[in-house]
Formats: sequence, structure tokens, C-alpha cells
Amino acid sequence: MADEAKSPAPPPPPEGEKKPTAEKPAAAAPAAPAKPAAPAKPEGPVPMPWTSPLVEKYRSQYGSGLDAQTYLGQNYFSVDRSLIPDILRLLRDDDQFDYCVDITAVHYPKREKQFDVLWNLYSYARNERVRVKTQIADGASIPSSVSIWPTANWLEREVYDMFGITFDGHPDLKRILLPDGWHGHPLRKDYGILQQDQEWVQINLGIESGQ
Amino acid sequence: MSVHSNDSMNEMSNLDLETPEKPYLDSNELIINMGPQHPATHGVLRVILKLDGEKVLGTECVIGYLHRGVEKIAENRTYAMFNPYVDRMDYVAAVSNGLGYCEAVEKLMNVEAPPRAKYIRVILTELNRIASHQLWLGTHALDIGAMTPLFYTFRDREEILKIFEKYCGARLTTHAFRIGGCQYETYAGFEKDVKNFLTHVAPKIDEYEALLTTNRIWLERTKNVGVISGADCIALGVTGPVLRASGVKWDLRKAQPYAAYSEFDFEIPVGTNGDTYDRYLVRMAEMRQSLRIIEQAVNGIPEGPIMGKVPKVIKPPVGEIYHSIEAPKGELGYFIVSDGSTQPYRIRVRPPSFVNLQALDMMVRGLLVADVIAVIGTIDIVLGEVDR
Repeated sequence: MADEAKSPAPPPPPEGEKKPTAEKPAAAAPAAPAKPAAPAKPEGPVPMPWTSPLVEKYRSQYGSGLDAQTYLGQNYFSVDRSLIPDILRLLRDDDQFDYCVDITAVHYPKREKQFDVLWNLYSYARNERVRVKTQIADGASIPSSVSIWPTANWLEREVYDMFGITFDGHPDLKRILLPDGWHGHPLRKDYGILQQDQEWVQINLGIESGQ
Repeated sequence: MSVHSNDSMNEMSNLDLETPEKPYLDSNELIINMGPQHPATHGVLRVILKLDGEKVLGTECVIGYLHRGVEKIAENRTYAMFNPYVDRMDYVAAVSNGLGYCEAVEKLMNVEAPPRAKYIRVILTELNRIASHQLWLGTHALDIGAMTPLFYTFRDREEILKIFEKYCGARLTTHAFRIGGCQYETYAGFEKDVKNFLTHVAPKIDEYEALLTTNRIWLERTKNVGVISGADCIALGVTGPVLRASGVKWDLRKAQPYAAYSEFDFEIPVGTNGDTYDRYLVRMAEMRQSLRIIEQAVNGIPEGPIMGKVPKVIKPPVGEIYHSIEAPKGELGYFIVSDGSTQPYRIRVRPPSFVNLQALDMMVRGLLVADVIAVIGTIDIVLGEVDR
């Protein structure tokens, strides 16, 4: 299945492109003055430590449970799961991150804590964005932020629907895009792109297969 | 049916959620279905209404009928192959979707489109914003009972689609931009066509306004209908014209400029009451502002290449990026995680329609059933984007 080829180590065969050209331009891509004859480092920019009064404040409060970095000019906190409702609430109440742009997750099946959960926040007053991310294990739950931002309601339902991550304290946690009786969470990496809940299709659509 | 039982949601509402001392009708609560096959839900949206007579006590949206798994598809395509798919989300503003996606990947790869490409992008995106607002106006007015605007707006939208067709061969799902710039140079006569369109459409917008702005039926159906405050908009994550009509002067083109928007002079129209009528006025004013932007762009369009230095095989370095643009419906964001391969590890689309639709429940409580139609229209949703 196609998603088997997604392990980060070997570059999957680029579809529709000739192989020989695959390595070289990628190395030349990131920076224009990249003239050095050492194509050994194809990586582009790396995350840098993010320093600001905001970070100092949270670091003094939470210490090692929190890591602040910046990548391509975008700032993010990587925090311990135990900090989760508190730091989000503080960001909204004390630092005016009053607009929760998005909540989403990323699945890394090879990691011990399989999921990254991300909150993408924006502050109207500061015109600033920040991402908060945390790692949780498969089957673990995470506190809901609906009481902090009502917009989290549907966003968390979508994360639950697509990844199977449960949010404690959500007022009405159920599937949102897929039908209620569906089995499986399609955005997990172990869910194939052609996979379907055949049983649901047979019972509800009255056909042998949706393919 | 469980409507939002969340306390903070009720606390915030400025609508009186309690039943009045004297109910409209002495009747039991009634639960009815609106949609998914209903001409006024703008696609396959199902709304479960809890009613007391004609009065709406609460709603619940059932969505997902158009779910195609766009984010899953992205993980199984290369970056360039996924580009046409984004057009199929908000299909009435396909150019905006493509702009957001291309810029997000460019940011991740640390490349920039050349100035000429940026200008072409701005011209086409703003044309698309006008087309999107025209389609919204025609269908929204039709839902409320005004039939003529539909014919007017579709007639004029046709001129925009003709420009798209001449530029890239497609009218609706244009796939106009590529990662790193534009695929096509402007055709001979492009600038003339755009300028002709500008002079042609400005009086037409006045014409739409002549039909509606002081029309008594229009006023009755839209004034004080679906009121939402700026604070509620922010709490619910609502963006775009709905947010601006509630008095929050915020537009990503100004707040965090992308493409070439910082070079143009334009204003952000805002409303005061946050009702359906103000949202109508804001969108009408936005069309005029878009005309201003297009005029400046087409007059100042620089010469030069239209494609940046992008490798044949697009392979962004390991990392993640969030980039968002002001789509006609609100903040359209792309969150992309790259594992260094030719395929994105994860793409998350932050759809404005999906988030804005969540405000429907708060906006229609206490109104009549017929107002639900008006409010669905005024939020301006496209179900292809809600469900993805």
C-alpha cells in the first residue's frame, strides 16, 4: 500500500519523474548562495531556540516541561501533555491568544507516543501566531479546550473522527465527517488509502463494496 | 437531540435563549430535518432543527456528505500532484485555494515566487474573490426570494470565468498557479481584458445595490437577522466577511500580508451590527475594494520571469509550516508536515467554511425557520470545503 513507503528514511520513488534528477536539485534548492561542493547536507533550515519575554515567562513557570523553538519564522511550544489545559488557558487569558485557529494531529506510528496534537493560536491584539504541540500515546486522551475556545468543539470532533484521539470534557464528542457507525480512523498512517469499513458499506448502502 | 449543552456557549450568546413568557403557539417541540437534499442549503448540508412552532430553539448540523478525504489523498500524492485537488474544496474560489497551497509549499521550501508571478496571482485571486461574492449574492438573494440578482450576478461572473478560461483553459477548477510561481504567462490582451472587466463591472455592482440595498423586502428579511457580536465571532473562530461585519477590522491581507498585497492601497470594509444586512454591505464593499486592488496590480504589473527557482522534483526539507490567506470566506490555512520526501507527511487544511458554519447554531436561535435559510446563505459556506 502506498503509505508503506512513507517511512522517513529511504526517499520513496518520485512518481512521474526521472530518478537521476531526484537527488541533485533538492540539495541545491534551499538557499540561493548554496554553492559549496558538499551536497552531504540536503536539509534546509533547522529549528532554532525561540527567545522572547513570553517564552521566559512560561519557562520560569513550567521549567523543563516546555520547549520553545522557531522554524522558518514560526514559533512553537513543545509541551508536556500534563501542562495541556493550563498553558492553553494562560495563553488565552494572560497573553491574548484569543483566536484558536486550528486544532489538529499528526500520526507517527513508529514513535512510542504516536500522536502529535497541535493547537494553532493567533492573537488579534499582538498580531502573532504560536503553535502549541504535545505528544500522546495511542489510546491516551487529552483535556478538551472547548471551555477555553468554543470553536474547539468541531475541531476536536474532527481530530477524534480522523485519529481516534479522545478529548476529556468535550460536550458532545462524536464523529463529524464520517458516519456515526464507522469503524477506523482514516488519517492514521496504518489506515490504507483504499481501505473502507466494508461492513458499514454493505449494511447501509446495500452494495458489496464501495470500491 | 443534544444541542450544545456547553455553559460557556450559552453565557456568551447575546440572544435570549429562554422561551418568551407567552409562546408563539401552544405546541409541543418539534424536530424537523432540513436537507441534505434541499435547494437552500447550498449543497448537501443537513440541519436538524428543534422548533417551538416556527421559532428555532436549537440546531445541529450534520455534515460529511461530500467528504472525499482530501487530507488523506495528499499523503499519497507528490506536492505537485496534490495541487489540483485543493481547487475542489472551495470550488467557487479555486484560485484562492491554489494560492494558499502554493505559498505554503514555497514557504516550506524557502523559495519565493518572482514579482510578476505575485502580481498575476493577486489579479486572478481578486477576480476570483469578486466571482465568489457574486455567486454568493445571487444564490443568497434567491434563497430570500429576490430572483433577479441571480441573473445579474451570473451574467457578470461569466466575464471573470472567460478571463480564467483564456488564461489557463479552465473556468472553475483552474489550477492556475504552480509551486514557485505561475505555469502560464499572461495571454496577449490579458491586461486589456482585465481593464475592460473593471470598467464593465463597477456600474454593475451599483446595479446590484440598486436592486437590494434599499429594497424594503430585503431589509425586512436581513436587518437584525442572525446577529453575532465581534467577541462571539472571535471565540467561535469565525473569520472573513462575517467577522468584519461584526465590527472587527481584521483581514489577513493587511494583518499578515502575503503575495504582493502589501504593495496595494485598499481598505477593509467593516460593519457595525453583525447582522445579515451588514454582511451583505461588507461583501458589496469588498467587491469594490477588490476592483481597486486589481486596477493597481494590472497597471503596475512588472516584467520578468514568472517561475522561481524550484527544482523539478519538489522535496521540501524536514519541517512543518502553517500558512494562511484571506480567502473570500475567511482564513484558509494549510499546515504541512514534511518528512523530506517527495510526498507530504501530513497536510491539514484549515477551512473557513467549516469553522464559520459552527456559528450557525448561535446565530439562528430564537429566529424563525425562514431566517435559517437567510443565515445559512449569509455565512457563505461551500460544502466542498466544509466536508473536504
